[in-house]
Amino acid sequence: MDELFGIPLPLLFGQLLLGLINGAFYAMLSLGLAVIFGLLNVINFTHGAQFMMGAFAAWMLLNWFGVNYWFALILVPIIIGATGIVLEKLMISRLYKLDHLYGLLLTFGIGLVIEGVFRNEFGSSGLPYRIPPELSGAWDLGFMFMPVYRGWVVVFAAAVCLATWLVIEKTRLGANLRAATENPALVQAFGINVPRMVTLTYGAGVALAALGGVLAAPIYSVNPQMGSNLIIVVFAVVVIGGMGSILGSVITGFGLGIIEGLTKVFYPEASATVIFVIMIIVLLARPAGLFGRTA
Amino acid sequence: MASETTAPGIRVIPAPVSDGSLWGFSRPQRVALIVMLVFLGVAPFAGLYPVFLMKLLCFGLFACAFNLLIGYVGLLSFGHAAYFGMGGYIAGHAAKVMGVPPELAILLGGAVGAALGAVFGWVAIRRQGIYFAMITLALSQLVYFVCVQAPFTGGEDGIQAIPRGKLFGMFDLSADLSMYWVVAAVFVIGFLLVHRIVHSPFGMVMKAIKENEPRATSLGYRTDDYKLLAFILSAGLAGVAGATKSLVFGIATLTDVHWSMSGEVVLMTLVGGLGTVFGPVIGAAVIVTMQNYLAEWGAWVTVIQGGIFVACVLAFRRGIVGEIGALLKVKL
Amino acid sequence: MTTTRRTILAGAAGTAALGGLPFRSARAQAANTIRIGVLNDQSGTYRDISGPYGVECTRQAVQEFGNQGFNVEVIVADHQNRPDVGVNIARQWYDQGVDLVLDVPTSSVGLAVNTVAREKNKAYINTGSATSDLTGTACSPNTIHWMYDTYMLAKSTGGAMVRAGGDSWFFITADYAFGHALERDTSTFVRNAGGRVLGSVKYPFPATSDFSSFLVQAQASRAKVIGLANAGADTINSVKQAAEFGITRRGVKLAALLMFLPDVHALGLQTAQGLILTESFYWDLNDRTRAVTTRLQPRLRDIKPNMASIANYSAALHYLKAIKDMGITASKLSGIEVINRMKAMPCDDDAFGAGTIRPDGRKLCPSYLFEVKTPAESRAPWDYYKLVQTTPAEEAFRPLAEGNCPLVRS
Repeated sequence: MDELFGIPLPLLFGQLLLGLINGAFYAMLSLGLAVIFGLLNVINFTHGAQFMMGAFAAWMLLNWFGVNYWFALILVPIIIGATGIVLEKLMISRLYKLDHLYGLLLTFGIGLVIEGVFRNEFGSSGLPYRIPPELSGAWDLGFMFMPVYRGWVVVFAAAVCLATWLVIEKTRLGANLRAATENPALVQAFGINVPRMVTLTYGAGVALAALGGVLAAPIYSVNPQMGSNLIIVVFAVVVIGGMGSILGSVITGFGLGIIEGLTKVFYPEASATVIFVIMIIVLLARPAGLFGRTA
Repeated sequence: MASETTAPGIRVIPAPVSDGSLWGFSRPQRVALIVMLVFLGVAPFAGLYPVFLMKLLCFGLFACAFNLLIGYVGLLSFGHAAYFGMGGYIAGHAAKVMGVPPELAILLGGAVGAALGAVFGWVAIRRQGIYFAMITLALSQLVYFVCVQAPFTGGEDGIQAIPRGKLFGMFDLSADLSMYWVVAAVFVIGFLLVHRIVHSPFGMVMKAIKENEPRATSLGYRTDDYKLLAFILSAGLAGVAGATKSLVFGIATLTDVHWSMSGEVVLMTLVGGLGTVFGPVIGAAVIVTMQNYLAEWGAWVTVIQGGIFVACVLAFRRGIVGEIGALLKVKL
Repeated sequence: MTTTRRTILAGAAGTAALGGLPFRSARAQAANTIRIGVLNDQSGTYRDISGPYGVECTRQAVQEFGNQGFNVEVIVADHQNRPDVGVNIARQWYDQGVDLVLDVPTSSVGLAVNTVAREKNKAYINTGSATSDLTGTACSPNTIHWMYDTYMLAKSTGGAMVRAGGDSWFFITADYAFGHALERDTSTFVRNAGGRVLGSVKYPFPATSDFSSFLVQAQASRAKVIGLANAGADTINSVKQAAEFGITRRGVKLAALLMFLPDVHALGLQTAQGLILTESFYWDLNDRTRAVTTRLQPRLRDIKPNMASIANYSAALHYLKAIKDMGITASKLSGIEVINRMKAMPCDDDAFGAGTIRPDGRKLCPSYLFEVKTPAESRAPWDYYKLVQTTPAEEAFRPLAEGNCPLVRS
């Protein structure tokens, strides 16, 4: 049997692979949201704008300073993460005593400002960013070309997700972090500077979004709207997975990427809505999300 | 659905001791109400553009509907564009294709908004706080995609040239001023309805849920039923506002179902003052006027709107009306 | 480049602030002034296609027309791609003495302003919308549709492409009315010219940024041409990813059904090479287009005009000629009469050459099928297109009888 529901198997396999690539972006973004939410109890609406800033920062580094993709991969998360730290210090930190909804509203507003400023500066038709020469080219799988860069995205994103998980679950820093999530006052009493940890965590979450942006720059058009289109889907991913677990959000991200990829083959018209439909089903069956703890 | 909301779990609380207030309006609120009504009566003759005023009133009603949820139940819906926009589409379709008179088209828009709200509310109230916000956002995005694809919405072109028709089959509404009185009436009725809901026994329970949901539950209230009913009412009023707007402009388009519209109504309510009676109206007036004057400034519109968002959250959480109220030591 | 854009926008906004606040009445000295309101997208998706550049093109027309006994004023507003904002501005403009509303991209806004212009009996020239309804069921005696529409794009790209050898097609279509119309019309022309349509895939709009899955499906169909029935960022992403997946390297042609010069510029030749598209104007087409581009250059700085932005130049120039011909006092009385005068006069300008306007409001001009050059073929900045086929003006658009325009039924 070399066909499944009328689709040649190799082609189906290729489509699964493509779905996995989109899943890599969902995973990285929802991971960043989960990390931030875990400690700050803020749902970071600026996340999409920060993803977009990551892509633009890579473009600026290349075109204005001649810094190539590989250095951008290291520099951009640091730069954008630093802007996140400033943002947290100046604004977000003022809201911790208030209802969490204010954090959402604030980050939403900041996102609007950032998107508007970039649109003013760079227009909206998008900027080109070339695939680095080391990763250009494609493997000929016979039935399709598989660009090397796409493979790189999946491997690299998976590695980043795994590393984040290891840091949080297996290191002393991560243990402090998890403890502070449970009971910040107690951890503070042990002499750990919780406010600083919160700031750095926000920076790290933002850095993950920016890293996603750098990865996306060579594939998608670098334009100011690229983040806001993605972020709502990522919110649905986060609701499906539940934000209680780091690993959960990663698995959900990759999984939904694959499901979306399959929808594109069998019923492309629904590929944008499928994730929202899954969200409704999950909410009806398991309101806390697949990996969430019931509040 | 109706049988559920009148389930035995709901108890009637005795109305608060009357202080001679009319419909729950306190004395300063009554003054403000009279000022507002006088303004509505005079504005079109004072050189203000009727279409602009109508737009303002539609958004004012929309913001009041939204405020019912955020201000009194504490639920932040980030998807109210779905009910607003769908109300507009249904009313537009009914008026243009089926030749329904305007009063029915508006009611139909409200009914569809409420029905959609019932379904979405039923799903969304399973989670609280920011999850609730994200779920409503995702659901409204679902509606947006359906509207892009569905044939009756006209896709990107939208429904164009919707006739305003004849009110009760008698009064021709094609003149801006006659339409204005209808819109003003719809607005005032909606505004008073929101106020009546808030000051009813039902509204008291809503506020109790906002203050402390577990406590309300422990008092024996089925809080989910109350939240759902509040959600339906809010969505229905948003539908009415959207329907009215589509008749005013003669168009119903994707802009009104887009998530940025959901963000805008949050902004209006926030600017005016969450949980205040007149705040949403003032907020809507400020934002709509700003959009009009900033039309020349292009991309800076979003930047300025975002800036106002940030400023409100950081410095003016009470909003314009809330701040004025605090200054005069009255509740407006 | 960024500073250029900012300066132009700031200039436009500044002038607008002086002359065109929506609420400011300007009835004084209006009797001897013609006011042209350019209503377009200054901030969103279509900004780079026309936006501030369309405004500058209009100003150039005013400058070249000179003072012929009356003043001309250009005012600007951003409709933010929102029909209600657009309608509001158009109503206020018309009420406050604006004589012509120009440009108006985005079909929903374009159609909505069409209704307003008719209601107020003013003149309206749309150069930015793609919907062929403007000269079809929604046609109006107050409106001229100056530039491209979906039918013209489909005819040129579909029909001419088959004649140039691309006879089997697969469509990647944005799943909404605009995409459907493009796919349907193009398929018809492909079949009429003897080509075949092997399949199509409809993807959700506007939620799709990854087109790889659809491109692979298209490739698997072994079609010679992949038709992109979409616009804006979607088209750019499709082209970019097609290059990544080596689609064009395998000899498959990519046909973008709605694309403009700035999009090609944004993609870069490395990615866009070999792309097929239709425009009615290219700056390097002939001596006249080169001449007008040279004259415009100080205003546009390092940007070249495309068919959408320069259509404003062409339309404004012809409009002003008609005003001069009928006299400014007469022109203020009725928008229909102005439009009728414009229809009665032959048009001629450097951008589109000689042309006419049909009774249904359709301006006729030739359409050109272009192929994007390879980096090796391109000798200068903005040297992007080579001409493949020309469709003459009389054949380029939907025949008068097929549009169901109520104006021509009698």
